[in-house]
Amino acid sequence: MINMRRTSLAELPTNERAIILSFANGRPETNRLVSLGFTPGANVDMTQNYGHGPLIVTVRGARVALGRVEAAKIFVKRDRE
Amino acid sequence: MSDLPIPMASATPLIIREKMPLIALAGQPNVGKSTLFNLLTGLNQHVGNWPGKTVERREGTFTFEDHSYSLVDLPGTYSLTANSPEEVIAREFILREQPDVVVAVVNAANLERSLYLVAELVALPTPIVVAMNMMDVAAQEGIRVEPEVLEAALSVPVVPVTATRSSGARDLMHIIEETLGDCRRRNPSLPEIRPDHREVLAEILRQIAGQVPSPYPANWVALKLLEGDAEITRTMQIALSQQKWMAVQGVLRQHDDALLAIASGRYEWIGRMVRAAVIQPKIGQITLTKRLDDWATHPFWGLVVLAGILGLVFWLTFTVGSPVQNWLDTQVVGGLSQLASDVLVNAPSWLKGLVVNGVLDGAGAVLTFLPIMVIFFAVFGLLEDMGYMARAAYVMDNLMHLMGLHGKSFLPLFLGFGCNVPAIMGTRVIDSKPARMLTILIAPLVPCTARMAVVAFLAPAFFGPKALIVSWGLVLFSLIILVLSGSVLNRLIFKGQRSAFIMEMPLYHIPNARTIGLLVWQRSLSFVKKAGTNILAMAVVIWALSVLPNGNLNSSYLVQFGKFVEPVGRWMGLDWRLTVALIASFPAKENAIATMGVLFGSSPNAGLAQTLTSTFSTASALSFLVATMLFIPCMATVAVIRQETKSWGWTLLNIGIFLAMTIAASGGVYHLALAFGL
Repeated sequence: MINMRRTSLAELPTNERAIILSFANGRPETNRLVSLGFTPGANVDMTQNYGHGPLIVTVRGARVALGRVEAAKIFVKRDRE
Repeated sequence: MSDLPIPMASATPLIIREKMPLIALAGQPNVGKSTLFNLLTGLNQHVGNWPGKTVERREGTFTFEDHSYSLVDLPGTYSLTANSPEEVIAREFILREQPDVVVAVVNAANLERSLYLVAELVALPTPIVVAMNMMDVAAQEGIRVEPEVLEAALSVPVVPVTATRSSGARDLMHIIEETLGDCRRRNPSLPEIRPDHREVLAEILRQIAGQVPSPYPANWVALKLLEGDAEITRTMQIALSQQKWMAVQGVLRQHDDALLAIASGRYEWIGRMVRAAVIQPKIGQITLTKRLDDWATHPFWGLVVLAGILGLVFWLTFTVGSPVQNWLDTQVVGGLSQLASDVLVNAPSWLKGLVVNGVLDGAGAVLTFLPIMVIFFAVFGLLEDMGYMARAAYVMDNLMHLMGLHGKSFLPLFLGFGCNVPAIMGTRVIDSKPARMLTILIAPLVPCTARMAVVAFLAPAFFGPKALIVSWGLVLFSLIILVLSGSVLNRLIFKGQRSAFIMEMPLYHIPNARTIGLLVWQRSLSFVKKAGTNILAMAVVIWALSVLPNGNLNSSYLVQFGKFVEPVGRWMGLDWRLTVALIASFPAKENAIATMGVLFGSSPNAGLAQTLTSTFSTASALSFLVATMLFIPCMATVAVIRQETKSWGWTLLNIGIFLAMTIAASGGVYHLALAFGL
């Protein structure tokens, strides 16, 4: 597809949308992410990302707070319209 | 977290199942499960612990149309994979205790996420009924859901309810009754693994066939193996022959991404349900949650909001709690002491002493702390129920990183302002063991209500109008020590490890008075019970030590001990009476005051406060207050530290650290204050 870019979730700016590609979080962490709605192919909207500290994303209709380190291990492709 | 699977069935069966149908409530966190539980059971509920675990277990009974039911509130979990003890408790209960019905509570305003647990529950053999809660919130968000369509799609009964407004409970009970009377086995629509992994699942099933220990269904075990569930993996490693286990392990190693295939399959199933049942999805409006979060989760303003809330709690404590407390102290307890003295005027002097100076002065004074406890319990209950607590954790994440911890560790610490015991127990929300141990070590540095009550009593006595500033200073001092010791301990003991921060931020909602009321009631009740037994007994012991062996205080055991450790106390600016009061605060912090009451023989008319003011210097007063904040955690907290860490080593380390800090900090403050001429 065109206009799509691979990046980590931690780099996604506020109010932008992306699609989850893969995880490098390790198994117990991935299990928890999955039960909160993070799966490959799911849409994530960045609700709050100040570029430092934790961030908030909206996934499958729920708001989830993630540490920056955890978000950096979630790979997404960014929808740049 | 325990490393061994807990044999639930062999543990005490807490529920009496004499023909009373057993209903289990299951659901993800923040779907209003507790509100529904409270609605059904009211005050007929009992709060305890799950056998061998420190996870809260709530059960109750209720009567509906002349039939009695027993209801168990399972811990809130996002899935049934063993990520924490909660998931293991929930699934082991369903599989082993075999409730007659599992009521799966889902959030109508967010079906997609909350159906994930249902996707796991339908795969278990127990009949389920879906309670679609928060219909009002869904309507508010502009979401329209059709429960009957979801029911048809799931092939499981679905009942719309709004627990906060007590609506839908009767319908739910009718459906539960119907399900109980219905012997036909329903065949719910089941989620399937993503097609590219079907063969792998079949292979695992072939390998484990006939070897799965009861009560686990083979299909379910195969899925849990593929999901990498630690508990089930261990169970099957024991159950299978070495050869079979090697084969299974080989397959699992090649497909370590299978958990994504399983989860995708579940969400695909959920997608079909949601597409059918939700006829109008959420409209893109700016919601209340978004507007409030612009402030509450802002890196700077969020901290201001949090500080403001904490300030408000202390303000409430001082303006509402303290006057009530003083009134109870002088009028009620003082009056009772006077009355007892009059009644016992001809009784032997030891009996009069026991009643007036032991029981009434001790335990009576403790009960006067109840107003402050109630304020704390109510405020924390309110913030929890509104959904604010997750925001507090979020904004504290950065600060917690200084100690190698993350935001979630702040939640138990926050709770610690109320009482350190639930704070230590609350550390189970932390997923990693080192982070949890560190949080347990530093949690007692959060000034609890009991310590604040001692400060609230002593600070005005010693400092008059400056009491509020001194109290704030003491709180700040404790918190600075907390951060400092946290970061030092993290580097020394835990080598700077850190753990994952993943946490749902629930929507804000209007708090439910019943939920908060019950919470305040239960916590206050447990405090009064503690005061009624443990603390009362201690007050009597302290009194006894103060009159034995020959009825004279100045030659009593208590004074002998106080004088024995006096050299240390003196360095901290404390005389033997303050030293004894400090030591006596170990059984319960409030005892510091009760013991002073005994030692200074406060008469009802001349309050203890005046006596103290005229006896001690400002430097000594400051030193004692600092010591009160930092001293060894109370007996109940130590007991719970032992219980949660499962190690005497950790417990003793904790006591040692606190003792050393008290002597160093109090001594330091005393000498500093002297240097400033106080």
